[in-house]
Amino acid sequence: MMGPFDRDFWRSPLRGPWLASLLSAALLPLILLTAATGFFSHVAYETELTGNALGGGDGILAPVYRALDWPAGWAYLYAVNQGVHIVAGFAAAPLLLAKLWVVIPKLWERPAVRSVAHALERLSLALLVGGTLFVFVTGVFNIQIYYPWSFSFVPAHYYATFIFLGALAFHIALKLGVMRTAFRENGVLRPLRRDLAGTRAEAVPASESVPTDPRPASISRRGFVAVVGSTSLGLTIMMAGQSIGGPLRNLALLAPRGRDYGSGPNDFQINKTAASAGIDSVQAGPTWTLRVSGREEATLTRDELLTMEQATHELPIACVEGWTTKQTWTGVPLVALARLVGSMDADELTVESLQESGSFRDASLGPAQFTDPRSLLALKVNGADLSMDHGFPARVIVPALPGVHNTKWVATMTFRSA
Amino acid sequence: MGPFRRIYGAGPLHLLSALASIAVAGYAAVEIRGLGGAGSVALWFVGSIVVHDLVLLPVYSLVQRVAGRLARVDAMRARPGAPPPPAVLLIDHLRVPAMVAGLLFLLFFPSILQRNGGYEDASGLQSDVYLERWLAITAALFVLSGVLYAIRRGRSAAAYASR
Repeated sequence: MMGPFDRDFWRSPLRGPWLASLLSAALLPLILLTAATGFFSHVAYETELTGNALGGGDGILAPVYRALDWPAGWAYLYAVNQGVHIVAGFAAAPLLLAKLWVVIPKLWERPAVRSVAHALERLSLALLVGGTLFVFVTGVFNIQIYYPWSFSFVPAHYYATFIFLGALAFHIALKLGVMRTAFRENGVLRPLRRDLAGTRAEAVPASESVPTDPRPASISRRGFVAVVGSTSLGLTIMMAGQSIGGPLRNLALLAPRGRDYGSGPNDFQINKTAASAGIDSVQAGPTWTLRVSGREEATLTRDELLTMEQATHELPIACVEGWTTKQTWTGVPLVALARLVGSMDADELTVESLQESGSFRDASLGPAQFTDPRSLLALKVNGADLSMDHGFPARVIVPALPGVHNTKWVATMTFRSA
Repeated sequence: MGPFRRIYGAGPLHLLSALASIAVAGYAAVEIRGLGGAGSVALWFVGSIVVHDLVLLPVYSLVQRVAGRLARVDAMRARPGAPPPPAVLLIDHLRVPAMVAGLLFLLFFPSILQRNGGYEDASGLQSDVYLERWLAITAALFVLSGVLYAIRRGRSAAAYASR
């Protein structure tokens, strides 16, 4: 046998079941947290309401999403969910690469297939590695608004998660015993006590990742774990900065939303500029009116809206991409508009933007959202009129709602009853 | 060994769980086939394995192998009568910041190289700050690593002298 097919080719004494197990023990909770928050986010989009369906649909989990309603109670629920989703995903990245480095000799094992069972294991492993890398790569690129492919991000990211979770469950069932043995024989952390001179290959000849002809270590296991762990911690701080905001945003140097807009009332994170949405100052100018329909109809100018009951609340815009910005909004409570058209008992509210085409030009809210007293049709932010980029003449702002469902440049609001 | 185990290579529970895991993947593949760009999904699925396993990992393993060799040269440089090889190696303090900077580049290259055309429309900001930020972080990592090297080297020399 030649090259990587030869077990003597793999020489690092660090590789072996103990290091693989330690990395897995750290990786697993992060991956499960990322997957769970991903599914929660799907719940938050309330895909069963008019126009909210995401490309690709809900799949077999549709009844689950129908049964679950996203609450408006804790305003930061979606911000925390998405902060955790992105932070845990990035924190997992160095652990994932380290884990793959430890077990790479298994890719080249000989014979390539020992039995039907072994062939199925290897197929499932390919689904695990491919699914995991696919979900990570698409997620990391999506938050940077980079789309070098011809599929739609949301459904591909969503269904690839099924592939990797299915393969992960099988992998855990197969490897739990290996992990248990590795921790029982070496202790969970004991190998971290050894320095460079004391770093030897593990004595598990049956494991393909253990080298048959190890070279002296060039870094100790604790050095390796320290480097991987501190990189993971550094990424955690960097990605948490754009979610937590305030002074911490300055630490989010490479994060897409670790940027400062200035100190004015409208100087905060924008998700879609007015220019890119095709909104001009004529449509959104003095002739703008809002049409509200329910049991009755009303057409309101911005001045008329300003004479209605006003409320002021501090609420976050929380993006699916894991960044958040908290501002103080002033406007007409959505319940006041529901009352105006006699639709206090409506089942949903569909809000349409002046934007003529493009995704998220409209979004629907459930009763938990539009009956919350803090939910506003905001006219002002931080005491000033909304800027064009933040949705002038009026925008929706609702606690704990995915950012893009807070429709900007509102043109019509329709309350519907089933 | 029963006949099932002889033919299949493991117990029936293994077969059941393997089939369940593959069935979930099959279900997802059917859903993905119904979307636009299913071929592109397949390409990125397989491509990510190929790029990681056959390009990325071999490249950084090669870098590590060279670094490991240099580390051993460093360690064996001890002359007769000279102090024993240092426990703290300069090469570690070069390869570690290099690997971390490399990982940051891997994760953020669309921003660093301004490949993310939609960023300016989305954020209303210019996208030209990330290259300098990444370079500054890289420089800071090397400086920090150098300072740690000096401290560790000093400590290890002191420990040797006081023996």
